[in-house]
Amino acid sequence: MTPRWLYLPASLAVAFLAIPLLGIPLRLAWADLPILLSGATAVDALRLSLATCLTATAISVGLGVPLALLLARNDGPVAGTVRTLVTLPMVLPPVVAGLALLITFGRRGTVGAPLSTLGIEIGFTTLAVVLAQVFVAMPYLITSVEGALRTAGFARERVAATLGASPTYALLHVTLPVMAPAVATGAALTFARALGEFGATITFAGALQGVTRTLPLEIYLVRELDTDSALALSLVLIVVAGLTVAVTSWLSRRAPRRGLT
Amino acid sequence: MKRGILPLTIAAILALAGCGGGIPASGPHTTDNASSPVTVFAAASLTAAYTEIARLDPDLDVRLSFDGSPTLVDQISAGAPADVLATADEATMERAAEGGLLAGEPTIFATTTAVLIVPAGNPAGITGLDASLEGTKLVVCAAVVPCGATARRIADAAGVTLQPVSEEQKVTDVRGKVVSGEADAGIVFRTDAQAAGDQVEVLEIPGAQAAATRYPIATVTDAAHPEAAAAFVALVTGVRGQAVLAEHGFTAP
Repeated sequence: MTPRWLYLPASLAVAFLAIPLLGIPLRLAWADLPILLSGATAVDALRLSLATCLTATAISVGLGVPLALLLARNDGPVAGTVRTLVTLPMVLPPVVAGLALLITFGRRGTVGAPLSTLGIEIGFTTLAVVLAQVFVAMPYLITSVEGALRTAGFARERVAATLGASPTYALLHVTLPVMAPAVATGAALTFARALGEFGATITFAGALQGVTRTLPLEIYLVRELDTDSALALSLVLIVVAGLTVAVTSWLSRRAPRRGLT
Repeated sequence: MKRGILPLTIAAILALAGCGGGIPASGPHTTDNASSPVTVFAAASLTAAYTEIARLDPDLDVRLSFDGSPTLVDQISAGAPADVLATADEATMERAAEGGLLAGEPTIFATTTAVLIVPAGNPAGITGLDASLEGTKLVVCAAVVPCGATARRIADAAGVTLQPVSEEQKVTDVRGKVVSGEADAGIVFRTDAQAAGDQVEVLEIPGAQAAATRYPIATVTDAAHPEAAAAFVALVTGVRGQAVLAEHGFTAP
């Protein structure tokens, strides 16, 4: 039943998206790869990226899953407004996110200024990197978990409640086990987005080796003078992001597609 | 339903992740009153001065593109249609010459020196490139960028070890962090400091003159409009162009 002409635009789409990505491994100086990737700045950037992205993902899951659970059960105007607000960072240019964080958590920011008088400063610290990542990536977790919750429905919980389960018991023993693959999918998306975070970090956190200079910032810095290093680091980013996305789609195929079936 | 949304979400992630990379300082600028347009690729620090110079001659249709100097050279070697190249340092221009991108010898048309800037009011009480910087939040350019190389040379000469909290990619990012008060001090070029007006206070660095940065300009090998390109170079190096550069804090070579 599939019209054959679909293959023409479809193959153009694949070519357009895949060829630039495949171009990097083709242009790469493979023989120098171990040297390019074992430099102190590269190792520091990779280590920092992984550590901050894992932290950002953990925070996003801890705060985002409860929010997704509440949003999925509410359709009122308040929930609608909240939903719009928390998904906004997904579509904002990252530099705008960075500016927003700066005027909030910066030294003279609404939250940052009182903290600063207490001697707590967030700017130029690894915490600033994590905040930037959570800000831009948590919406992906909230959206994907809420979507999955709505698709699955709450019939199981209601059955559990009629059998005498408390709301918390039903959540922990009925809803969450069913939702685990969707949460994992959302977490993987969040991780992938945090890994690519650039604009908010460079605007808000600065760039210092081992402290705030994550992999994308390192690539941005070396790309002008050392194309080989930039390509090698880009390959690492593509491979990690690619693995994450592959795991995501594998998990989503395993996730429950309907409520009570 | 859910499986339909997922690939879109992934695509959105990759699109967003990818688009943070380059935020051009300014798009091409066009004035439509002459027959032979000249495309000028100039260092980001020349934005204000060149925008003004481009308006000096009504017969010259100047299109400006500003970015970091190494990025401009990369773009031209990748075939970007530039007629004139003006960089913020000689090393980058040298790289363009080695790549066979230049039609003639570069001409030095301006110089600038590094200064220390602090937010208005100098909240951290910094007195100069000295021990008063210890324990404060100093921001400089990364060593691979011209302003960062200059900052390190001057600090070495002054016997001061820089301990920055951030090493930025662009001099304007350093300035931004001082203007916003996030940083206590930053090392930028005098011209960048001047553009920030009274949002920052300028502290002179003794010996900065010895490490002055020279700005070269040259016409590009594959210039589509070599005559207009030569006319623009003459405008920049001429009396009127030099006057505008001086207004923006540049020193004549």
